[in-house]
Amino acid sequence: MQRAPATRQRPTSSVTARNRELAYLIVVGALTGLGFASVYIARQSEVSWGSLSYAALFIALYLVAHVIARIAVPNADPYLLPLAGFLTAVGLTEIYRLGPTDAFKQGLWIVIAVALFAGALLGLRRDYRVLESYKYLFGLGAIVLLFLPRLPGLGTTVNGARLWVHVGPLEFQPGELAKIFLIVFLAAYLREKREVLAQGRLKDLGPLLLIWGATMLVLVETNDLGSALLYFGIFLAMLYIATARFSYVLAGLVLFAAGGYVANREIAHVHERIVIWLHPWTTTKVYCPLTGTMALRQDCQSYQLVKSLYSIGSGGFAGTGLGKGTFTTPDGHPLIPYVNTDFIYSALAQELGLIGVSALLLVFMVFAARGMKIALQAEDGFSKLLAAGLTFGFALQTFIIVGGVLREIPVTGITLPFVSYGGSSVVANFLLLAGLMLVSNRANATQ
Amino acid sequence: MNRQISAVALVSLVLLTALIVGTTYWQTWAEGGLAARQDNEIQQVAQFEIRRGKIYASDGTTVLAANVRKKVGGQTLYFRTYPTHGFASQAIGYSTETRSRAGLEQEENAFLTASNQDLGTFFDTIGDKLRGSTITGNNVILNLQVRAQRIAQNALAGKCGAVVALNPTTGAVYVMASSPTFDPNLIEKPGGYAKVQATKAPCHPAAPLLNRATQGLYPPGSTFKTITAAAALDDHVFKASSSFYDPGYCTEYGKRVSNALDQSGGAEAFGNINLFDAYVHSVNAVYCQIGQKLGAGRVLEEAKKFGFYTVPPLETPSDSRSASGLYNNGKLWYPKQPQYQVDPGRLAFGQERMLVTPLQMALVAATVANGGVQMAPHLVKTVRSPSGSTVYTPHPQRLRTVLTPQTAATLRDMMVQVVNRGTGTNAQIPGVEVAGKTGTAEICQCTNYDAWFIFFAPAQHPVVAGAVVVESQPNGFGGAVSAPIAKEIMQAILPVASKAKS
Repeated sequence: MQRAPATRQRPTSSVTARNRELAYLIVVGALTGLGFASVYIARQSEVSWGSLSYAALFIALYLVAHVIARIAVPNADPYLLPLAGFLTAVGLTEIYRLGPTDAFKQGLWIVIAVALFAGALLGLRRDYRVLESYKYLFGLGAIVLLFLPRLPGLGTTVNGARLWVHVGPLEFQPGELAKIFLIVFLAAYLREKREVLAQGRLKDLGPLLLIWGATMLVLVETNDLGSALLYFGIFLAMLYIATARFSYVLAGLVLFAAGGYVANREIAHVHERIVIWLHPWTTTKVYCPLTGTMALRQDCQSYQLVKSLYSIGSGGFAGTGLGKGTFTTPDGHPLIPYVNTDFIYSALAQELGLIGVSALLLVFMVFAARGMKIALQAEDGFSKLLAAGLTFGFALQTFIIVGGVLREIPVTGITLPFVSYGGSSVVANFLLLAGLMLVSNRANATQ
Repeated sequence: MNRQISAVALVSLVLLTALIVGTTYWQTWAEGGLAARQDNEIQQVAQFEIRRGKIYASDGTTVLAANVRKKVGGQTLYFRTYPTHGFASQAIGYSTETRSRAGLEQEENAFLTASNQDLGTFFDTIGDKLRGSTITGNNVILNLQVRAQRIAQNALAGKCGAVVALNPTTGAVYVMASSPTFDPNLIEKPGGYAKVQATKAPCHPAAPLLNRATQGLYPPGSTFKTITAAAALDDHVFKASSSFYDPGYCTEYGKRVSNALDQSGGAEAFGNINLFDAYVHSVNAVYCQIGQKLGAGRVLEEAKKFGFYTVPPLETPSDSRSASGLYNNGKLWYPKQPQYQVDPGRLAFGQERMLVTPLQMALVAATVANGGVQMAPHLVKTVRSPSGSTVYTPHPQRLRTVLTPQTAATLRDMMVQVVNRGTGTNAQIPGVEVAGKTGTAEICQCTNYDAWFIFFAPAQHPVVAGAVVVESQPNGFGGAVSAPIAKEIMQAILPVASKAKS
C-alpha cells in the first residue's frame, strides 16, 4: 500500500477548510437565489413570490449540512459540499421551472437526504472503516435491491425497463442505492483479495465472471442497459485499481461486448434501444410497436430522443434563459416525456445553452477531480477503493445518461447525479457525498 | 495503487469531456439541421412566441395581417388574424400552427419575425431578448392598393380568373387578385380547411388556395400576338405597314383555321390589311401567315426574351409561381426542333400548347409600356421596424431589355389603336389614352372562352400595366368581359399612381 506523500498537504492559508466551505456555500446560495428569481421573472404568470422560499429553504438545508460537517468531518474537502449544492440547486431550479409540484416533492427528498447524510457523517465519524466488516451484508443488500423491482406487486415497468418499486404512495428506484452498496462491498472485498487476484491465476477469475454474470442477469431481468453498464464499469475500474492488471479490464470489456451483442440479438427492448440510437430518424414508415401501426421512427420509438435533441439544438450557444425554454406544444402538450428525470440535461441545454451546460459539466468534472484527489490522499486500501469507486460511479453515471441524451451511446433510463428529479437518486448521491467526505476527513486529519 | 487511481481519474475526465464535445456538436454544428426538421415543434412554438410584424396595404393604414395574443402552457403566444377576411389571400398567404406558412407570410418570414440579417433589427432583437420582452417582427407594407384590389376581387367574384396590375416603370404590384378566393382566418379553425377546400366555383377544381395570378396557366389567345408582332418588327422582316391579304382563314397543313366570328356569326374577312391594323382588329389569318413566315422557333425565342420559360421573380414562394411557355403533358416544354414539332401559325395567335400566367402577360404589357425594358415585379413597398424606421425598401430592378425603343413605340401605338378603334374599345377612359390587347382563347370545342385583356395607361407616360383573365366565359370575348374590368382597375389606380409620381 502506497502512502500519499505527506508533502501534498500543506496549509497554505489560515482559512480553515470549513470556513472555506461556508464561503463557497454562500456563493452557491446566491446563485440559487438568482436562479429562482430568473424563473420567477420569466414565468410570473404562473409562479408566485412564494417560489423564492424554495431558494431560502434550500440554502437553509445546505447550512445545516455544513454545520453537521463542521461537527463530524472538520477536515474534509471543502469543495465537495458546495459543488454538490450547486448541482442540486441547478436541478431543483430546473425541476421547479418544469413543474412546481415536482419541485416540492424533490425538496422533501432533499430534506430526507440531508438527514441521512447527517446520520451517515455523525454515525461513522469515528471510523467509517467498520463498514468493511459488513461487506457481505452490503453485497447481499445490493443484489436484493437490484431484484426488488422483479417482485410481483412491487415493481413497475416504466419506459420498457423494470426499475421502480412502488410501496403505497412512495416510488423508489432501488438501483441507485444498490450502486452505493455495491461500491462499499467491492471496496472491502477487493482490498481483502487484491493480492490473490493480482496473481491472475485462472481459478481466481471466478469472482470476475460471477459479477459479469450478475450484471448480465440484471440486464436481462430489468431490461436496463444503462445500469448494467454502470455496475460493470464501476466493478472493472475498482478491480483495475486493486490489482493493477489492465488485462482484466480488457477481458471485462470483451465479455461485456459479447454480452451486449447477445442481448442485442435476443432481447427486444435492448435491440430497440440500439436501433433508436443508430437510426433515430427514418424517411419511410416503419412498424411502430407502441401503436401497432406504421409510423416514422421519430414519431414512435425515438420520439423522446429526437425531441430531446431538438431541445438541445434550440438552446444554441447562449440558451433561451431559465424559464424561457419551450417544453410544451402550442396546444399545451408536453414535448419531451420524462424531461425532469432522464432528460433533464436536454431541458438545461435548451435554457442555459452551450455556455451554461458546459459550465455545469465542468462542475461535474471538478467534483470528480476532487473525489479522485481524495482517493489519492487516502491512506488505506479500503478508503482508496471506496473513494475512487464512488467517484468513478458518479462520473460514469453522468456519462451514461448525458451521453445517451447526446446520442453518443444508446439512451438509458438512469438519473443525472444530484440534478435529476427522483428521491432515490437524491438520497443515494447524498450518501455518496457523505462517503467521500468521510474518507477525505480521515486522510486530512492523519496528515 | 495511486497510478491506477490516476488512470481511472483520467478516464473519468475524458468521459465528461466527451459530453462537452457532444453538446458542442448538437448546439453549434447540428443546430441548423435540427431547427429545419419538420417535426421540430420547439421551432414552431418559437415562431409563435414572436409577435409577427403586421402586413399593411400600400396606404400604410389598412391592416391585412395582425396578431391575437393567447396564453398557452404559461407562455404567451401570438397567432395570426386577417382582419380583411380575404384580401389578396393567395399572395399574402397565411401563417398557422398546423399548416405552416404560405405566400408572403412564408417568403417574408425573416422580416416578419425580425430574424433578417440587418444590423438594426439584430440589435433590436438582442435588446428584446436581454430585456426578456417579446420579440416584435418588422412590419411589411405592400404595394397592393386597397381600392383597386377590391374592385378586381369584386369583378372576379363568382367567376374564376385573375388580375395583375403593376407599375411598368418600377415593377410595384398594385393588384394581385385570384378567384375563387378564401378567408385565411378559416385555415386554422376546426373544419375550416375542409371548408376552404370545398369552395364552390364555376371551374373545376375550384382550388381557392391556388394563386391564379402567378400559378394559373391559360392559353393566351390573341394577347400573344403582341409577342409575334414584336418578333416580326424587331427582325425587320415586316414593318407595321407590311400588307397582307386576309381571306378570313389561314391554311395550316392543308386545313383552314378561321378568324373569329363577327356579329353575323360568320368568320370575319378583312381582305387587304396591314400588320398594324391586323393587330388592332386581331385578325388571326394575318398573324398565322406571319408566324408561318417567322417560324415557330423565332416566335418562341421572342417569347423567351419576354421572360417565358423562366419563373418571374416575386416575394411569394417559388412553388406558387409558374413559368409560361409551351406545355407538353403538363410539363414545361421547349421543343428541340420547333419547325417540325410546333404549329407556327396557331402559335402566332396564342393557341397551340402555349400556356401563360396572368403575371407573365402583365409583364408583356408592362415591357411595351416601359419602352422595351422589363422591370422585376415586387409586392413589398417597404419594411419598417416596430419603431417605424425603415429596414428595407426594394429599389426598382431591371429584369431584362426585351425590345428596341422603336419596336416598343410601334407596339404601343398598335395597342392604343386597339382601344381607340379595335377590339378593346370597352377599356376607353375619357381623358386618358389607354393601350390594350384583347384575347379570346379557345379552351375546348365549344363556345366558352378564356377572356383576356392586357393593358397599360396613360399610353405616353404609363403608371399602370396589367392583365385580366376570366376563365371559361360563354361567348366570352376579351373585349367584352375583361376590358371593362381592366378599365375599372385603371380608373382606381391612375389618380393614386399619377399623384405618387408627380
